[in-house]
Amino acid sequence: MNERPLSPHLQVYRLPLTALVSITHRATGVFLSLGLILLVLFLMAVAQGPEAFDAAQGLLRSILGRLFLWGWIYALLFHLVHGFRHLIWDTGHTFERDSLNRLAIYEIVASVLLTASVFLFSLFV
Amino acid sequence: MNYQTPLARARGLGSAREGSHHWWRQRVTAVALFPLTLWFALAVSLLPAAAGHAEVVRWMAKPWNSILLLSFVLLSIYHAMLGLQVVIEDYVHHDSLKLGGMLGVRLVSAFLALASTFALLFIVFVLGHTHG
Repeated sequence: MNERPLSPHLQVYRLPLTALVSITHRATGVFLSLGLILLVLFLMAVAQGPEAFDAAQGLLRSILGRLFLWGWIYALLFHLVHGFRHLIWDTGHTFERDSLNRLAIYEIVASVLLTASVFLFSLFV
Repeated sequence: MNYQTPLARARGLGSAREGSHHWWRQRVTAVALFPLTLWFALAVSLLPAAAGHAEVVRWMAKPWNSILLLSFVLLSIYHAMLGLQVVIEDYVHHDSLKLGGMLGVRLVSAFLALASTFALLFIVFVLGHTHG
């Protein structure tokens, strides 16, 4: 009896979509916090003057910089969308299994669409 | 009426009487950050990718841009501090690491808030006038 798996047993369980969205919310939160440090450093670079600004821009325009920037923007919009759902949950609604799964899919679609529209805006300006 | 056992009282592990306060501050900052984040995403995507230093300074020095940007950054730092605190509480079980982590998150957050406020004031009131 002692060998029965404990729940949630992360190596055995296949996480349901709702759990994946939930842990992604937390992971994006931590990632966003790290990016926030860089955002403050960027503001400091603008304050310091053109040389520091150009150096910061150079880093942001490198492949790694672009990857990080777009990853951060996606994380920001995902966290925004799922955070909005947390606020709905706080009112005591949408806890039924059907709406949990349906809204999880809506959230993923919405965060991708929002990121794509930011990308399109940035292309046409 | 105090329902704590004398041992629990001596260890100081009773209710800290501030649990809902943390939760509530996280919600209030979340509500405020919702429109600010949409504004930030839109504003950044509308800035030309090739914008130079002078152009970025001019943009940041516009009153609505500076106040919205500073609100976004400061509220984000505060919201992040509350969130990281929960992450540490959930995953770090070693007492001294936990204390160090909490202290670190608070001190770094305070420093970032000071740095971003100073940077933006400097950009608006000093650089904004020379580039105006």
